[in-house]
Amino acid sequence: MAVIDAAVLERHGIKPDEYQRILELMGREPNLLELGLFSVMWSEHCSYKSSRVHLRTLPTTGPRVVQGPGENAGAVDIGGGLCAVFKIESHNHPSFIEPYQGAATGVGGIIRDIFTMGARPIALLNALRFGSLDQPLARRIFEGVVAGVGGYGNSIGIPTVGGEIVFDDRYSGNPLVNVLCLGISRIDGIVKGAAKGAGNPVFYVGARTGRDGIHGATMASAEFDEKSAEKRPAVQVGDPFMEKLLMEACLEVMTTGAVLGIQDMGAAGLSCATSEMGSRGGLGMTIDVRHVPQRETGMTPYEIMLSESQERMLLVVEKGREHEVTAVFEKWDLHAVQIGEVIEGSRLKIHEHGVLVADVPNRGLTDEAPVYRRPMQEPSWQKDVQTLSLGDLGAPPSAQDAFNRLLTVPTIASKRWAYGQYDHSVGTNTIAQPGMSAAVVRVKGTTTGLAVSVDGNGRFCYLDPHRGAMLAVAEASRNVACAGGEPIGGTNNLNFGNPERPEIMWQLGEAVRGIGEACRALGIPITGGNVSLYNETEGRAIFPTPVLGVVGLLEDASQTTTRAFKQAGATVVLLGDNLGELGGSEYLATMHDTVAGQPPALDLAREAAVQKLIVALIRGGLVESAHDCSEGGLAITLAECTFNSGGIGVTADIAAVGLSAVAPHDNSGAKVDDKPSGLSIPWQANATLFGESASRIVVSAAGDRLDAVLAAAKAASVTAAVIGKTGGDRIRLSVGGVAVVDAAIHDAEQAWATAIETRMGRG
Amino acid sequence: MKFSVVVFPGSNSDYDAFYAASSVLGEDAALLWHKDTDLQGADVVILPGGFAHGDYLRTGAIARFSPIMASVKAFADRGGPVLGICNGFQVLLEAGMLPGAMVRNDRIKFVSRLVPVRVEQTDTPFTVACASKQVLHMPVAHGEGNYYADPETLAALEVNRQVVFRYADAAGEVSPASNINGSLNNIAGICNRQRNVVGLMPHPERATEAQLGSADGRVILASAVKALASLSR
Repeated sequence: MAVIDAAVLERHGIKPDEYQRILELMGREPNLLELGLFSVMWSEHCSYKSSRVHLRTLPTTGPRVVQGPGENAGAVDIGGGLCAVFKIESHNHPSFIEPYQGAATGVGGIIRDIFTMGARPIALLNALRFGSLDQPLARRIFEGVVAGVGGYGNSIGIPTVGGEIVFDDRYSGNPLVNVLCLGISRIDGIVKGAAKGAGNPVFYVGARTGRDGIHGATMASAEFDEKSAEKRPAVQVGDPFMEKLLMEACLEVMTTGAVLGIQDMGAAGLSCATSEMGSRGGLGMTIDVRHVPQRETGMTPYEIMLSESQERMLLVVEKGREHEVTAVFEKWDLHAVQIGEVIEGSRLKIHEHGVLVADVPNRGLTDEAPVYRRPMQEPSWQKDVQTLSLGDLGAPPSAQDAFNRLLTVPTIASKRWAYGQYDHSVGTNTIAQPGMSAAVVRVKGTTTGLAVSVDGNGRFCYLDPHRGAMLAVAEASRNVACAGGEPIGGTNNLNFGNPERPEIMWQLGEAVRGIGEACRALGIPITGGNVSLYNETEGRAIFPTPVLGVVGLLEDASQTTTRAFKQAGATVVLLGDNLGELGGSEYLATMHDTVAGQPPALDLAREAAVQKLIVALIRGGLVESAHDCSEGGLAITLAECTFNSGGIGVTADIAAVGLSAVAPHDNSGAKVDDKPSGLSIPWQANATLFGESASRIVVSAAGDRLDAVLAAAKAASVTAAVIGKTGGDRIRLSVGGVAVVDAAIHDAEQAWATAIETRMGRG
Repeated sequence: MKFSVVVFPGSNSDYDAFYAASSVLGEDAALLWHKDTDLQGADVVILPGGFAHGDYLRTGAIARFSPIMASVKAFADRGGPVLGICNGFQVLLEAGMLPGAMVRNDRIKFVSRLVPVRVEQTDTPFTVACASKQVLHMPVAHGEGNYYADPETLAALEVNRQVVFRYADAAGEVSPASNINGSLNNIAGICNRQRNVVGLMPHPERATEAQLGSADGRVILASAVKALASLSR
């Protein structure tokens, strides 16, 4: 009999007070296996114990919500009896330790969550963060993650259709790999992860269980240090072929109606699947680990229950209909094995060769896991970093120099090096090609399309987590709207540092508050998501990085557009207000090596208005292109409108921003630039061109549609400024009538398109 | 007429080919499970893209042992038109129904994009509706599409006009710069001596609707319809 002492508890990541609680729940001392179950199920990764009190504040309901948080994925009604099933999930820690397999199994995990609901996955997107590409380690991780994302998605045949990639030193020891999967299901075909009916058999199907990934969830719930590489055995190895078979077989078997509940074995493996299915169904489960197919000999119950071997599913089948289920799996050369059954009560009973080796209350592992209201404290440095005095930054570069440089910054440059390795055409649903702001996929058998975008801005969230998170929601939603999609649902991935530090908890609390506010204002219910904490290495945390995934509905998939200009002679219009806000901008980071100031202001009513307007303009066929303004500001936005357009240039003159608008938003008491008269003309030009004010969209409209566009904007109370014309083969920008940027499209596009592959080397 | 599409475990473009044939072209179509032997009255057999059996050994190496392949081979031997797309092309090579082999792309990485391909031969059942030297834009998505054959085989392919498609630029120029994966002689697709079995790496079935970026691939499937129609006349 193992003795549970302080060292054992520490190895299991169980705090002394948590152990007291385990003793109460059990009414006795747990054995080592039982302690292991609590360890993985109470890990931050599985229990959300630090974030749960905050997540509860998010809006999760709405007329279209078919399934909110708490299941394997969320679902929203898209009409015609169908629903979009989607969720985002992270695989950050494994991707640092073993980039290829970490990313690959992250993709595999989220795909399982979607088909487990009975939905056929049709698209993948990812939000990735890496250190600077100047560092060899960051290049190696970037290369491995991209190969892993592609390796899994390409093989299984689900297109990777979009996403975003940001590079910053703050992620050099903690890359972020957030993957969103979108699937389609009939609303009446949704299957849930709950046990039903005592006496019904419990089946295990898929890959055999090995010793890989034991305590993966616990690893993902701790900081990294110099010994992190030793955790490599805790990273699982993916087998996309096995998952393809499982996916096809599970989707087929669910049509029989003999499957009452199904759950994939992801984090915490069999422990999680058995206890969650039991507690969701208000029942218990009994299994014998002897029946679990094993890859290695001599595995202990502890190892079997805690293994995170990939591509495994647990099914509750209607008694008497087992043969219908096994026949489908046999067809796919998979073997479904009965390992136990649903029982009355609420306990998880684990046997080994008939001998009871663990007996725990289900809900003790799940719903009754600890919930912490951890202390929150605004960081002492917060006000300091919000202080920005442009006058102290020295002489600004010319707008031309800044323009040239920003085009080749990896965060702004084309990501074709990455998406050129992703199969984006398989499935024949992809309408918008990768590299556009939002991905657009059609739904076969309907006229409907779905636009999806994932966005987040860690720099903004570092400067102000509340506003930064609101801006992330706004940007994801705006990108969807710019493709003609009406936002109907969202999913969030919260990536933060160590929640035991009050300033990290404050960031998380503020960010969730911001997400909630923005989602309520924009009518976006959050139907699920994921939290990844402890993204720290040797005490240095990542930027707080909430990533938002938003799904938008196009009732007619043909009513969409892209950022690229479509013809010469069109009028270029800026919707929204150009305020010249440079706080937290890519311009400041790149040209002045400064991350400071207030992030751009966000007026949610204006944001909602501009989004409604752009959807109406696209549906009405009034605009030919639409592009949201984000990193790099208006200048980069206009340049991107000429890229992939077949060389259609632009000549634009933008009104200079009022100098008082350079840093106008002081609602925090932070010091702002109060010396507008001291700003030179170059500063004014750069703020006009590279400021990252929110709620702006650049559109182009044919001459005979212009009046209608301007009238619609006026009716929506959205500022609309005619700023130029398309045509020629150059990008010519002036500010207040003074020419400041002039570049041949060919050169600019070449520099932008090849910037990342130049840094990575051909290979 | 009827397109029958083989489904191997790990095929992932099977339904795309089925959809293109049935919903886009409006022809009959069927999916054939690899363990079956009945071609279900196929006029044309398609071996689709994907990763049959996981492709962990060599691409296509195990699929050739599937029971359906004996029927496909017999069908081809009788002159029936067979089209192998991407992984289906790799299966045809492994099955010995086409000469040569595939190796890893010369730049190692998976390549996924829309590429121009020049039609070299118009006397196969899958190109009979194409114009000579027509340039078709079709997606590629593969890690092992670098076509290799020994010098004698390669010479024979050229002499016998068995190179059906080559990677080109948009103007139809074939050059090292337009070679996306290192294939010998820019080969994107070939046929057998009898010209009824064609394999190609680009995906015509993914390029049948303008909404998805290109409808150029439609002519490949339409060629089969035309070829069958002229046979039955």
